[in-house]
Amino acid sequence: MEIAINSLPQLLKGASLTVTITVLSVTFGCIIGLIVGLARLSKNKLLRLLATAYVDFFRGTPLLVQILIVYFGTPILLQDAQGFLVDNYGMPQLISNYAMPRLVAAVIACSLNSGAYIAEIFRAGVQSIERGQMEAARSLGMSPRQAMRHVILPQAFKRVIPPLGNEFIALMKDTSLLSVIGIIELTKSGMLIVAWSYEAFAIYLTVAFIYLVMTFTLSRVVDYLERRLKTSD
Amino acid sequence: MIEVRNLDKSFGKLVVLRDISCHIALQEVVCVIGPSGSGKSTFLRCLNLLEQPTAGEIFIDGVKLTDNDNTINLVRQNVGMVFQRFNLFPHKTALHNVSMGPEIVQKTPRKEAEKIANDLLVKVGLADKANVYPDQLSGGQQQRVAIARALAMQPKIMLFDEPTSALDPEMVGEVLAVMKDLAREGMTMVVVTHEMGFAREVGDRVIFMDEGRLVEEGTPEQIFGNAENERTKAFLSKIL
Ligand SMILES: Nc1ncnc2c1ncn2[C@@H]1O[C@H](COP(=O)(O)OP(=O)(O)OP(=O)(O)O)[C@@H](O)[C@H]1O
Ligand SMILES: [Mg+2]
Repeated sequence: MEIAINSLPQLLKGASLTVTITVLSVTFGCIIGLIVGLARLSKNKLLRLLATAYVDFFRGTPLLVQILIVYFGTPILLQDAQGFLVDNYGMPQLISNYAMPRLVAAVIACSLNSGAYIAEIFRAGVQSIERGQMEAARSLGMSPRQAMRHVILPQAFKRVIPPLGNEFIALMKDTSLLSVIGIIELTKSGMLIVAWSYEAFAIYLTVAFIYLVMTFTLSRVVDYLERRLKTSD
Repeated sequence: MIEVRNLDKSFGKLVVLRDISCHIALQEVVCVIGPSGSGKSTFLRCLNLLEQPTAGEIFIDGVKLTDNDNTINLVRQNVGMVFQRFNLFPHKTALHNVSMGPEIVQKTPRKEAEKIANDLLVKVGLADKANVYPDQLSGGQQQRVAIARALAMQPKIMLFDEPTSALDPEMVGEVLAVMKDLAREGMTMVVVTHEMGFAREVGDRVIFMDEGRLVEEGTPEQIFGNAENERTKAFLSKIL
């Protein structure tokens, strides 16, 4: 118990990194998701194909592997890997002029991954709007782009808030995988404390509790937003 | 005003319209009747290219409809459409449902677009509902807003696809009244309807469609009084 309380500051520091990475990734993920989601609905076959391939790849492979690819793969792709080094935490570090800062790699991997899920959320949201809405907009002379922007998307955004909230929560938990590239987020912070204190049960229970508080708060916020948006139309 | 020549439309193998030709004059009110599935909606939707004809030509005000995007958007600004299920924009107030077209498509300044919208809501008898969202309006009120929305683009032609058939009986009258006013003001109208009373009173011409063909056309008196075609007679005997 005491060890849990004493290690709380360190765990909360990890938690704040977890939140930062999640918020950044979901934000970029939304931008990617909107573009890819709309591309999947495009009339252009090539665009549709590329978007589908993107979604299939990032949903069909483990996030853990994606993280490893982004972190270790990019310098190798740039043919600049000069070897590995084991850092203070026992984590392999790449030696390369292009070695990405871990945090950047983390956010890129998580953004690309959640972008794929969010693309599907947006696509489904747009498709859930009755066909008559697009027809009514088009019959007023709006271009497809105008109809999408002023009629379809505003309605779709309301409908995607609950699934977006779920994606946010899922990603927050998944960022624990970032421990493999030495990001000291919440889970990794716990692991480090356990490494010297040997109080695995108490520490991991505390870690779990902190995750729970965060995801619970988040789901309440989503509920609130959902209710507020419902009454505004 | 509208010239249709040898219009065909198929969905895959399903042939929905066969060789339809007709002419609709300026200020004419044409009612289209026919059994369910005869292609009435599809015909109407071809007139503003919500459906692409498979073959044939349509001219609106002398402009040939093609699948060119610019022509489509331009023609649609001249052709208003009212749907069976209203299709109002649920995230916009009645006023903004109406002002949106001019504002977005014709780039009318907001204030001016809202003024146009307000005037139109007065015209359809809904001045007091300007700031209400569609889900708080009755079906009849929603359909009147939908008519105002289409009118905001100052169309030369109005298309109505069974505008009253999704309404409770007591609300049919208020919508028909607005349509009668429009007809009286000289709007060119094509109305798919089961309201034979309306067709008789307001229609200049009635078109009977069956199995994708234009089977018979004539004045309401001719069609309702002494139709020549057997299928027209059979259809009318069922609904009158
Ligand atoms: N988008 C579509 N794809 C495939 N088939 C369609 C499509 N739209 C209409 N059809 C078919 O075309 C035929 C004619 O439909 P249409 O809606 O024009 O008939 P209608 O005369 O308006 O009937 P109703 O009185 O029931 O509205 C029907 O068999 C219908 O199933
Ligand atoms: Mg129909």
